[in-house]
Amino acid sequence: MKAFATLFTALDQTTKTNTKVAALADYFRTAPDDDKLWTIALLSGRRPKRGVTTTLLREWAAEMAGIPLWLFEESYPIVGDLSETIALVLPPATGTSDKTLTDWLGIVRDIGQHEIEDRKAIILQAWSTLPPIERFLFNKLITGGLRIGVSQKLMTRALAQATDIPETELAHRIMGDWTPDTTTFEDLILTDDPTADASKPYPFYLAYQLEGLDALGDASDWAAELKWDGIRGQLIVRQGQHFLWSRGEELITDRFPEFAQLPDFIPDGTVFDGEVLAWQNEAPMPFNALQKRIGRKTVPKKLLKDAPAVLRAYDLLEQGGEDLRDQPYAARRKRLEALLNDLPDTLPLRLSETLDFQTWDDLGQIREDARNLHSEGLMLKRLASPYLSGRKKGDWWKWKVDPLTIDAVMIYAQAGSGRRANLFTDFTFAVWNGNELTPFAKAYSGLTDAEFRQITAWVKKNTIERFGPVRSVKPTHVFEIAFEGIQASPRHKSGVALRFPRMLRWRHDKPIKEANTLDDLKEMLETYG
Amino acid sequence: MVLSFTKSGIYCEAGDFYVDPWRPVERALITHGHADHARPGHGAYLATDAAAPVMRHRLGDIALDTIHFGEARQIGGAQVSFHPAGHVPGSAQIRVEVDGEVWVVSGDYKTTDDGFSEPFEPVKCHAFITECTFGLPVFSWTPQPKLVDEIHDWWAKCQAAGRPAVLGAYALGKAQRILSHLNPDQGPILTHGAIENTNAVLRAQGLHLPDTIYVTPETKIKDHPGALVLATPGGMGGPWMRRFPNASTAFASGWMALRGVRRRRAADRGFVMSDHADWEGLNTAIKDTGAERIFVTHGYTSQFARWLTEQGYDAGIVETEFEGESLDAPSEEEAAP
Ligand SMILES: [Zn+2]
Ligand SMILES: [Zn+2]
Repeated sequence: MKAFATLFTALDQTTKTNTKVAALADYFRTAPDDDKLWTIALLSGRRPKRGVTTTLLREWAAEMAGIPLWLFEESYPIVGDLSETIALVLPPATGTSDKTLTDWLGIVRDIGQHEIEDRKAIILQAWSTLPPIERFLFNKLITGGLRIGVSQKLMTRALAQATDIPETELAHRIMGDWTPDTTTFEDLILTDDPTADASKPYPFYLAYQLEGLDALGDASDWAAELKWDGIRGQLIVRQGQHFLWSRGEELITDRFPEFAQLPDFIPDGTVFDGEVLAWQNEAPMPFNALQKRIGRKTVPKKLLKDAPAVLRAYDLLEQGGEDLRDQPYAARRKRLEALLNDLPDTLPLRLSETLDFQTWDDLGQIREDARNLHSEGLMLKRLASPYLSGRKKGDWWKWKVDPLTIDAVMIYAQAGSGRRANLFTDFTFAVWNGNELTPFAKAYSGLTDAEFRQITAWVKKNTIERFGPVRSVKPTHVFEIAFEGIQASPRHKSGVALRFPRMLRWRHDKPIKEANTLDDLKEMLETYG
Repeated sequence: MVLSFTKSGIYCEAGDFYVDPWRPVERALITHGHADHARPGHGAYLATDAAAPVMRHRLGDIALDTIHFGEARQIGGAQVSFHPAGHVPGSAQIRVEVDGEVWVVSGDYKTTDDGFSEPFEPVKCHAFITECTFGLPVFSWTPQPKLVDEIHDWWAKCQAAGRPAVLGAYALGKAQRILSHLNPDQGPILTHGAIENTNAVLRAQGLHLPDTIYVTPETKIKDHPGALVLATPGGMGGPWMRRFPNASTAFASGWMALRGVRRRRAADRGFVMSDHADWEGLNTAIKDTGAERIFVTHGYTSQFARWLTEQGYDAGIVETEFEGESLDAPSEEEAAP
């Protein structure tokens, strides 16, 4: 695993993309094929099943380090990473090992088949033979959480440099339903196979947050749709089967059985891009309806009835087996509309309607109204654009509605973890309920580093009480909290739950008496919930 | 109680003096010159002769009396002496004895010899007031020779790539500790103004440091190929850095042990180097005092106190305004020109 650790260190020691890609390309030129295949698998989110619970790993690590478990548990949030915490508390290794990445992954893959005592022996043996960085990586592999600061896109670019195969071709080859046990580096990467896996999706094109309308030019070059808060999905019908992929390139076909009827109606070689939504009475349901379905591998009948799903399709990537991605968006849309027009509306497919507008001002008006339609805002797409892969600026933009805001009082503070271990960054906010402050949201982003330093110094001097890592502080500071949505929540004391709350501004100008009230929140719930 | 904990700081009633007080008092005994320990506004100061020049440099015209390491002095009903803390040159633990009962205030300390500061000496006592900036078992420092090699190695890589190597470190202590171990034959060494000011003070009191070039607004990095630049963490975050385009950046701090912190600083390299004790160092230091009562002042106090209690000590937390080692401490850079 030395070569992989060297690669990891090289990637970790630079913030420059080109240097990262060069280090990775170098690795792809020199590593053995099976190590390369595993590296591709790991960097594209394919990892072995976890064979040991993290609870056991913590116990064994504390035991080996000679510290009580509570002290390990207290250290963990400060380090912010379990694998790193384990690597840091363990005593130095007493032996050495020359196992390869593939050897270690074999161990990780098979460890679940052993009795607990044997698992422990295997783990302790690994810990006592690996130097610190390899030990950290081993922990990452065993807990299935290896992220090494390289996106799938950069990995593909490096692989292209090392193999001289075009990046887009590679992006397609590494998608689909494979593991290092079902293929080889030769077959997956180097072989051009036209009958490749029928399930293979196209890389998603991702939109950027709009920075300003000025750069977009004439409004007539653009199409717009309402943006819905669901799951981005690619729906594939090929060889009489259907497949549904999420944006995280996870195959989620089984979680949405309502799509199983599609191959009876839709010809082979058809691929849609769209948003999976919980849908009732021809309108989207709140996001938490869909949330209930995301976590489940299989879906009980009642849930299918309570939260039926549809795909709101907005793009057609393949038709009759032909890759349409190079065609202009307008042409793809035309085909999509024609195709959906001919289908019965009992199918769980809906067209994502394009909006009618002449000028940017027209569109601005529509956006103002979007929240009332339970939409997150608008999507803008350039009519002449091809379907690109990954996040590329210029052709697709998100134009979100402005967030909702409320002024709240900070009442609890907690130190951050990992990146922000030495600062207080996690805060609980409250609104007035009569003369009492009722907590309603936690937020940990939105301030500058300088502001976090300032508030940290203040928290240290104004702590009232400590509850483990949490400190209650003297109600003094008012912050403007921004959030994307509000829902009723009986689990919370305030009765509401916010979506994506964050600190928008530190209101140095406001005394706490002028913060908002619980009634204000309830009114927002009435209007937008 | 030989010492008690007041709003102004750690107080000795028998001698009517404070140790490292944070509010202005009549008489202050100061462990070392860092801004969170040596504050302005006291009536009279007492510190080691090795700590005095930096304090005068930072605090200006103060009524400062000095004392040698190990020298005993009677103040009212208390006998005090200062003992090396190994933190920065001149830094001391302060021993206070009243009627045969001995208390020691650690100030900031590290137990390993950095080859620059006077090495830490354990002092037997009944009660020990200790910092615990890094009081968690995840902190374990890289041995200094290995660190010095790593720094030279990174510097050489930067030279090969034609990039200046900019290394961030505290202006008082850490920067000079690193400097004292740099090989000046490898290339020119440039320094940020705040560091150079401290260099001048330490050189004047006889500490040896290799020659350095002070970075002024006119400095052009092109004129100094292969340079290593010692910078303050604050300087690295600001416009000062603009004169070093294409630089490779690094920080030297105990916090660099945490990958998350390394990434937050967005530096290319992090050298795990602290002037505070690591977990092992804290535990050894406490054991070597023979003390039964332990007060922890700053750092991971609640965790460390609980750990000590379980080890059989009578341990408690004292809230102070000491800051430990902060990557973000602007207070260390007040002396910048
Ligand atoms: Zn200090
Ligand atoms: Zn300090």
